[in-house]
Amino acid sequence: MKFGILVNEGPYQHQASDSAYQFTKAALENGHEIYRVFFYHDGVYNASRLTVPPQDDRNIVTRWSDLGKKYKLDMVVCIAAAQRRGLLDENEAKRQGKDADNIAEGFRISGLGQLIESGIQSERMMVFGD
Amino acid sequence: MEEEVIKKFLYVNRKAPYGTIYALESLEVVLIGAAFDQDVSLAFIDDGVYQLKKDQQTSVDSGIGVKDFSRTYRALEGYDVEKLYVDRKSMEERGLSEDDLLVDVQVFDEAQMAELMEQQDVVLSF
Repeated sequence: MKFGILVNEGPYQHQASDSAYQFTKAALENGHEIYRVFFYHDGVYNASRLTVPPQDDRNIVTRWSDLGKKYKLDMVVCIAAAQRRGLLDENEAKRQGKDADNIAEGFRISGLGQLIESGIQSERMMVFGD
Repeated sequence: MEEEVIKKFLYVNRKAPYGTIYALESLEVVLIGAAFDQDVSLAFIDDGVYQLKKDQQTSVDSGIGVKDFSRTYRALEGYDVEKLYVDRKSMEERGLSEDDLLVDVQVFDEAQMAELMEQQDVVLSF
């Protein structure tokens, strides 16, 4: 089965963020395909490189980065949702005249069209939200 | 797009228009999605029915100081997004009738809403 994943909630704040990761990981380990993981609403914070959780807790951001690297996942952060929440990649930081960027490894920033395309191309769209 | 797949997309709106950003960002998906020429429907359930309430007043003078985006629902027609469904029970529980809404909708009972969802290829719930 080819899945599209939509993550609508932020890390540590909401179970949806963990559930999305666990579902994606389990699907991949069971031989399914993930067409794309799309991060929207506060879900964009799952891609912040500056996240520093307590040492005895899971690191949700690097967990995604590692999974993405292992399975060559396409992990897309919505640009509009990211910008209004202060999440920028290098290009966007430059374009907006900001002095820093904070997108973690393995994520890329793009538009909402990528979510619609994921819905079209995937056999199932899984929404993880509130 | 590389191919002409047309899928049935349903956007399920369950949250009040203000208080959280879900409604506004959901609407942004609908507007972008319209460019993909898919078969789009919108459902308004629970507090989501408030999104369509007429006469929203949100300015600093008269409200919470947030942009009123409700007129965008009236523009949806221009994007060929014309299938809007409102859950009857949610609407009536909130003391609203069709006359209180700023766009033409079809009012569905729970069984009709369930059938609508059953027919979809993609359900995006916000």
